[in-house]
Amino acid sequence: MAKTDKNNASAGKGLGAKLAGMTDTNLLLTITIAVFFLLYIGAMVFLRSGFLKPQTFFNILNANAALIILACGMSLVMITGGIDISVGGVTALVSMCCAVYLDYKGGNVFMAVVIAILIGLAFGAFQGALVAYLDIQPFIVTLAGMFFARGMTTIVNTSPFNVENEAFVALKMTRVNVPGLGSVNKLGKYVPAYVEIGVLVALLVVIVMFVLLRWMKLGRNFYAVGGNKQSALMLGINVKRTKFLSHLICGLLAGIGGFVYFLHVGSGSPSHASGAEMDAIASSIIGGTMLTGGVGNVLGTFFGVLSLNTIQNIVSSVGFDEAWWTGITKAVMLCLFLVVQSVVMSVRKKRNAAN
Amino acid sequence: MANSENAKTSSASFLKNLVRNQCFIPVAALLLLAVFNLIADPSFFRITLGYNSAGNPVLSGFIIDIINNGSELAILAIGMTLVTAASGGQDISVGAAIAIAGSVVLRVLCGGNARPETLQAPIIVAFLVACVVAMLFGAFNGVLVAYFKIQPMIATLILYTAGRSIAAWINNNELPVISDPKFAYFGGFIPGIPIPTPCFIAIACMIVIGIVLKVTNLRLYTQAVGINQSSSKLNGLNPEMIKVLAFVILGLCVAVAGLIKVSRVSSINYSVIAKDIEMDAILAVALGGNALSGGKFNMAASIIGAFVIQCLTTTLYKFGVSSTALPAYKAVVVILLVVVSAPTVREYLNKISQKMKLSKEVA
Repeated sequence: MAKTDKNNASAGKGLGAKLAGMTDTNLLLTITIAVFFLLYIGAMVFLRSGFLKPQTFFNILNANAALIILACGMSLVMITGGIDISVGGVTALVSMCCAVYLDYKGGNVFMAVVIAILIGLAFGAFQGALVAYLDIQPFIVTLAGMFFARGMTTIVNTSPFNVENEAFVALKMTRVNVPGLGSVNKLGKYVPAYVEIGVLVALLVVIVMFVLLRWMKLGRNFYAVGGNKQSALMLGINVKRTKFLSHLICGLLAGIGGFVYFLHVGSGSPSHASGAEMDAIASSIIGGTMLTGGVGNVLGTFFGVLSLNTIQNIVSSVGFDEAWWTGITKAVMLCLFLVVQSVVMSVRKKRNAAN
Repeated sequence: MANSENAKTSSASFLKNLVRNQCFIPVAALLLLAVFNLIADPSFFRITLGYNSAGNPVLSGFIIDIINNGSELAILAIGMTLVTAASGGQDISVGAAIAIAGSVVLRVLCGGNARPETLQAPIIVAFLVACVVAMLFGAFNGVLVAYFKIQPMIATLILYTAGRSIAAWINNNELPVISDPKFAYFGGFIPGIPIPTPCFIAIACMIVIGIVLKVTNLRLYTQAVGINQSSSKLNGLNPEMIKVLAFVILGLCVAVAGLIKVSRVSSINYSVIAKDIEMDAILAVALGGNALSGGKFNMAASIIGAFVIQCLTTTLYKFGVSSTALPAYKAVVVILLVVVSAPTVREYLNKISQKMKLSKEVA
């Protein structure tokens, strides 16, 4: 995938014919991946310092494993034509519940994972039922879901605290070395690059979702429902069930993502993952998923998360390290992508109409 | 015999009309809350006349709290209703935009100094600058929505993400404090008048929007664009322009709300000011029975909706719900409301009531 887009980039603007032949999903995906590689290679060439170390890249992955999982769920719902803004709240609720369960109730890690998944599924099922079977706008339903999750988090426990459960801390500290990559530190010692367990989970989720969306019947149904509900209905697709399943899977992923987030930070707090839903939406959009439905790809979402965080790293290493630049950078990036998407799509629409 | 039958049907149709009226749901919700409070604790309705620290007469009580704190929400609901009607989407950046507007007001008043002895500019100038800035940001949202055809929620997500950062940046991340008591009038009390000033500002806004809707074609045009954009274009309207206009009007509302918000505390906290107010404003519009997908709207219903939300908030506070746990309770109420007003549920209820009628007739 990366190869073709490099070819495209080198061909410059003369590749109109090739781009015009692509589907919407693939075109937006290509743009996203190209932008990510341009950003990262640009940073490596011009900024050098940290970006040449492989660990910098893997740190982006470590810090954003949960966001990748949340954004995958978000993309799925967006492809189906909905939205789920409760994922951040669910993440906070899951980490708080797991933290309380592990520390105060002396539970084991396996049951904590089960709790996380059950909470996610409960949110997904309830919201999905309201959206699909009662025809209520997904925005309002999941808005209420977000409120509920945030409120419940403080009802479960008001103050933030660190988890000291031994098995959990051991799991949190587990590092998987990346073969063949590493750097030499100041003392001349070779330090291999590592990723946390959460990253492996995130990669697994991306692969599963990619396979589901590309090659499985259910996955294609999501695109059909998001693209045109009416024709999907005429094709004999159970639109309501498909919508319900999209929210259910998104909820499941929010539960898993919540646990991965918890595994990364190792504490429970009502303010955890604040704004995560917006980051997930932004990543999905940068990754080429359109809110109108029917267009999108989790691979793009994956690169969307990476791009969003790479540019933040770049901005802070250039010297704009005051807190407010993070928000402004994110917004500028989102704005650029939205405008580019909108322009590209309208040009294509016009051309299609002319043909 | 015939007369009584007529009276029966007319009273029935009156009831039907009452239930069909868009204001019915928010007013009913308000009454429900009032009755609940009356039963739980009648002191909810007590209004006392006291004196504040400056020795001015002030009214206090839960009802006054609701009207006072609901003012910003009602003002925002005006703009949000127009945006919802015209664009079929909601602006989720109003909270962040209030932070920007408030920050601009303070910046102009302080002129770069965080603790000014005297105001560096008249308050009206600061307010006008904030209006211009907020309207520009509104226009930015509007252009993205109207000309670039980006869904409103996503287009305003940009400002939502950046707004509070921009607000901090305007004041160099300092927290200016205004010591001039005159500035506190807008969010507090004018000496000698026991009613909080925000109420007057909110009423002024309502009167202005009422006149505008009555005199100009704004209502007609907004609804036309919201119902069917392409047919409104064929009828000679400029739908893009009207959408941008709706967002600019919302910007103006944001500036007014921002002034009240910063005046209340004579300072600003970038991450807390007007937090989650966008959600409340959207809920107010939804509670007012306005379709969130655009089209027809009822301004009065939205404004009543705003006070319902505030009433709910105050009631929950009164029962000792902490401010952080508040959203959970609000969410339950919202879910109940949307489920009851969902078309499928309504159809189902209608069917049941018809069946009951049929069985009665048979009997």
